[in-house]
Amino acid sequence: MHNKTLAELAVGLQAKAFSSEELTRHYLDRIKTYDAQLNSIVTLTEDIALAQAKAADVKIAAGDAGPLTGIPYAHKDIFCTNGVRTACGSKMLDKFVAPYDATVTRKLQEAGAVMLGKTNMDEFAMGSSNETSFYGPVKNPWNTDAVPGGSSGGSAAAVAGRLAPAATGTDTGGSIRQPAALCGITGIKPTYGLCSRYGMIAFASSLDQAGPMTRTAEDAAIMLGAMTGFDPADSTSLDRPVEDYSAKLNDDIKGLKIGLPKEYFGEGLDAEVGKVVQDAIEVLKKQGAEIVEISLPNTKLSVPTYYVVAPAECSSNLSRMDGVRFGHRCDNPKDLEDLYKRSRGEGFGSEVKRRIMVGTYALSAGYYDAYYLKAQQVRRLIADDFKKAFEQCDVIVGPTSPTVAFNIGAKVDDPVTMYLSDIYTIAVNLAGLPGMSVPAGFAGNLPVGMQLIGNYFAEAQLLNVAHQYQLATDWHTRAPEAFA
Amino acid sequence: MALEPSEVEKIAHLARLAIDADDVPVYARNLSSILAFVEQLNEIDTDGVLPMAHPLDTAQRLRADVVSETDQREHFLRNAPSVEAGLFLVPKVIE
Repeated sequence: MHNKTLAELAVGLQAKAFSSEELTRHYLDRIKTYDAQLNSIVTLTEDIALAQAKAADVKIAAGDAGPLTGIPYAHKDIFCTNGVRTACGSKMLDKFVAPYDATVTRKLQEAGAVMLGKTNMDEFAMGSSNETSFYGPVKNPWNTDAVPGGSSGGSAAAVAGRLAPAATGTDTGGSIRQPAALCGITGIKPTYGLCSRYGMIAFASSLDQAGPMTRTAEDAAIMLGAMTGFDPADSTSLDRPVEDYSAKLNDDIKGLKIGLPKEYFGEGLDAEVGKVVQDAIEVLKKQGAEIVEISLPNTKLSVPTYYVVAPAECSSNLSRMDGVRFGHRCDNPKDLEDLYKRSRGEGFGSEVKRRIMVGTYALSAGYYDAYYLKAQQVRRLIADDFKKAFEQCDVIVGPTSPTVAFNIGAKVDDPVTMYLSDIYTIAVNLAGLPGMSVPAGFAGNLPVGMQLIGNYFAEAQLLNVAHQYQLATDWHTRAPEAFA
Repeated sequence: MALEPSEVEKIAHLARLAIDADDVPVYARNLSSILAFVEQLNEIDTDGVLPMAHPLDTAQRLRADVVSETDQREHFLRNAPSVEAGLFLVPKVIE
């Protein structure tokens, strides 16, 4: 059952080949059996899952089922879930029981999806390897010595390890696409503003976007349809009708203009990863796509720009964690300042503290213009690069990550080297564009992801290209041996 | 840009973060390398470029000024580390 895609499971449920309760118990059993090797789930929500599954079975029996009714999924622990501990990978929120549902949580629930549990993640989504989690690193199902990527590493590992047919993720600088690439699954970050950020614990508010992580583009389209939509509770939510993201999946891609940015194939790209991506591009060419050479000249500036903008926003967002209204509080504070400082010092891990301090510095008196304002100006140059590129092509294609998954511990002492692993994904968030990662092959024994970047609101087109690629290849069907 | 340990202590104070004295040199080293890395932005000519604060350049949406939240005081106080008489409790601020 666990090797079926979400779309296949939906057919099985509606044909009553199995019940949602049977399906849910199967995945719960798999998590109990296999997750000790992966550490992908931090909270198993067995009671909720079984109750939702039984409710789904009633709906299915009544002929009142949608495409997600009765489908189990794993939910990133950044989304508030009413009555369930929502820790966001942090000691700070280790005992925080969310008092309300995030909009994405509520929408998936209304669509009839079954929440199996909450997934491990980098602390407050700050990391590219899942090593900054208070709950310990997640292991990559393809090689348990390697990282799964981050920050949605638990979600990626759970889907790749067949512990859930789908999962939610969030992407501030690549946190859906990079772990999807490193674990050999499919993930899409939609245009900024399509998924509500209400109840999604904020890291960098002008960059954060939710999206689905699945095995196939077809499955991602189904999940995305349930997750998006206007929400008055999010001030940056876009008031647009929800699209049918599956509508264009079967269109052919003849004449599609694919832009290859020369900056994505140069220095820093692992040669084997580059070759896999080139081979994937050949497949798209055979399907009728035309290749256009393009340039995104400010690519190199995207990482330094991000490491001003994101820390500045996080230092502001995380000031709410002060030990007063919720979250960790230190013992015996001698005064209010001591309460703030020790609660925060004890509650946050070192990467989060680093970023809060970088942001505090960049926003402090005398430095604001030199860092934050400058970064916002360069951010516009980076966004303008894409504007020009999309005058020449329909979709941009390149690698998702410059390397395959690295070993746990390999980069923890060197933040800048770690940050550079997001070189191909970060600019997409700065511009607010949709981007996705699709399994494209292997380098050594580890998966490689091909990244597709679209113009604003081109999600259906990206999913179409990804689906057509998946019709011609079988990389997305490969399972890590130990979890097949 | 190399930060002195005293500057790290000042930033930590501004951010209300208690940092162990032993960790200050490590933070000084890490923060200095991050700041040195982002300093390449200074080489870029951005004269006349409008700062981009938000990806979609949209205006803030307004809503009618009507009550939209109900009183859930008890519910929200449940996560607080210390509460008394329906209020969040902190160490004494006013003598």
